[in-house]
Amino acid sequence: MLAYIVRRLLYAIPILIGVNLLTFTLFFVVNSPDDMAVSQLGEKYVTPDAIEAWKQKNGYHLPLFVNGEAEGLGTLTETIFYTKSVKLFAFDFGRSESGRDITTDVRTRMRPSLAVALPTFILGISVNICVALLVVMFHATRLDRFAVMVFVAAMSISTLFYIIGGQYLVAKTWQLVPISGYHTEGQVWKFLILPVMVGVISGIGAGARWYRTLFLEEANQDYVRTARAKGASELRILFRHILPNALIPILTGVVVVIPSLFMGSLLIEAFFGIPGLGSYMLDAIRSQDFAIVRSMVFIGSILYIIGLILTDISYTWADPRVRLN
Amino acid sequence: MKYVLLWSDALVFLLAVSIAVFFWRLRRDPQNRERWSQVFGTRLGMVTFTVILAYVAVALFDSIHFRRALEPVPGAPAGEVFYDNRVTSVLDVMLDGMGERFERTYSAPFALKSFEKFNMKDEQGRAYRDYPPLKYGGVHLDDPADRTRDILQRSGAALLKGLVLAALVILPQWLWLRASPYPWWGSWLVQAAVICLGTWLVVISRHYHVLGTDLGGTDVAYLSLKGIRTGVLLGTLATLIMLPIAVSLGVMAGYFKGWVDDVVQYLYTTLSSIPGILLIAASVLLFQVYIDLNPDYFAIGMEKADARFVALCFILGVTSWSSLCRLMRAETLKISQLEYVQAAHAFGVSHLRIIGRHILPNVVHIILITFVLDFSALVLAEAVLSYIGVGIDPEMASWGNMINGARFELSRQPPVWWTLSGAFFFMFALVLAANLFSDLVRDAFDPRSKTRSPRP
Repeated sequence: MLAYIVRRLLYAIPILIGVNLLTFTLFFVVNSPDDMAVSQLGEKYVTPDAIEAWKQKNGYHLPLFVNGEAEGLGTLTETIFYTKSVKLFAFDFGRSESGRDITTDVRTRMRPSLAVALPTFILGISVNICVALLVVMFHATRLDRFAVMVFVAAMSISTLFYIIGGQYLVAKTWQLVPISGYHTEGQVWKFLILPVMVGVISGIGAGARWYRTLFLEEANQDYVRTARAKGASELRILFRHILPNALIPILTGVVVVIPSLFMGSLLIEAFFGIPGLGSYMLDAIRSQDFAIVRSMVFIGSILYIIGLILTDISYTWADPRVRLN
Repeated sequence: MKYVLLWSDALVFLLAVSIAVFFWRLRRDPQNRERWSQVFGTRLGMVTFTVILAYVAVALFDSIHFRRALEPVPGAPAGEVFYDNRVTSVLDVMLDGMGERFERTYSAPFALKSFEKFNMKDEQGRAYRDYPPLKYGGVHLDDPADRTRDILQRSGAALLKGLVLAALVILPQWLWLRASPYPWWGSWLVQAAVICLGTWLVVISRHYHVLGTDLGGTDVAYLSLKGIRTGVLLGTLATLIMLPIAVSLGVMAGYFKGWVDDVVQYLYTTLSSIPGILLIAASVLLFQVYIDLNPDYFAIGMEKADARFVALCFILGVTSWSSLCRLMRAETLKISQLEYVQAAHAFGVSHLRIIGRHILPNVVHIILITFVLDFSALVLAEAVLSYIGVGIDPEMASWGNMINGARFELSRQPPVWWTLSGAFFFMFALVLAANLFSDLVRDAFDPRSKTRSPRP
């Protein structure tokens, strides 16, 4: 088991190098630092001096890969590639284009992101599975067909409308909770309840439909018929027979995203004014702060790879027949 | 008049032709015919497909662009013609100037007065503040109280016209397809509804703003209709760009195995480990920097917006091939173990021929299912991307831009709800139809779903 995890972690290294090279090409080769300086400084009144000064300030004045002017190891380390890309591996994210320390920002913003994403995730999965099980109980009846139609309709509505509609109804018309904002202490739940609700409800359509398909596949297996023939109650069949057997495909889809919960949700955080990593990314995209985008790409990739490893480990827990080696 | 061929126009007509050819070829295969007849044998399949076709038709009409010749200025040298900087499409002509009736700012659906108060002067020159009457909405009315009666009267006439038009369209179909076993009635019902609604919209829009106007005073119904092209094109073009990459890499990985497989697996694992939205955002931003630095390449604003749109399609396509590639690889691995492929190998058939004759035809159903499934996802993604600011150019009409422009307006008093509703309904109808249709296609084409026996 341990050997397997170590090997998987080693496999992750070439992937991270690939991610790094790809982002580096995107950010520095396709568009030169000069282009970035021009778009950061505004297009009209840019002098070569201003561009040079901006590059100097943000450390983009170095050559891309090889620095011929420096000596010894400096030929490789005093380059944009080393300072901006290789250092990411040591979790040294440097400073954003506006001069803030990215590592500190990420650390402080992780908590609000988790505060929204974790409850949304847990509640969302439980609700989706319960709804799906309920629908499976009424399989091949009119209720089932109606439920599927409702699911499809629900997943045809853009998340934006769930958010806008939720804010309008709950926060503005009924005035139950504040429209947006966040507190670090005190009544945090007041600010969290609506984003979490919206997050859960907007996911029900696609989620419940997906679980329904999974459960139906199991419901047609022979062991279910045997259990029914032995006189097991429908509830017992659902929870003791179908659910555990459907666990592997459920885990495949679910465990991967657990580490990525740290990244938060772009839309929910932006609309509800939650100072998490999602809104951090959005602000970075909107102000074209590529230093932050680069760091977030790296963090996101690491979390995704951890998620993949966790998925494999979770298989052994869900199904004793699976052995990792 | 000068015909304008935008990049996306060229691509959309290429797309229409290739899809037509694809379907025509599929028709010859008896197994595929049986599957399609399973899709279209249901009323739901007919209805949803007709709805999708209606959207596609609007998108195609909106893809024939031209620039109007300007009226010659007196004194200008004769023989020289100047063209309008704005691009008009056939759809604009069909809508009869619906997009050219600008108001000052917001106005409610069927309103006679503006939504906001303005400073005005009366006959004596005294300043006062009130809701000014609209420039186009209901100006023909002598008495505002007549509005409801007037609307009903015109609606009746418009619907009558629409019914006649619908009858003209449907009657030949009925004569031709009367004996067909397919539930054509569903399709005809949708056709009639769409034609009646369209006629009604065009006729009523001459005198009222059916869905009100937005902040800039543009008719919301018009904007929603213009958004159709953006949504439909994005949904199809991005998938079309993704398909060749995903299919060729996936089939190669599954067929040749060994180091090819390793490389392809490495590529898609790397790509899928990058958060998609960040990759898309970064690519779009970089392209935007390129556009901003090279303004000379684009003669008119529309071309600039179009370049960004095509780039967005490319970016979405290039960043999203990993999941289909994974499916193709797995399926090819399975197929290449089968006896008939082994036999082909033994006979010395070339790799290219084996892939073309034995493997590709057996994975077409996966491609097809992906195509219809991705379509609705992409239409929804467009709105989100536009909200983030890395989607469609703000100059181009799209549902995402409409939502983005109106997202705070519900908190006004009274709320401005019509812009959001316009985008909502047009988007919802398309995505719902696509989702329902893709379910049917999947049921018909997915071999797994056939073996599933109903519960006893």
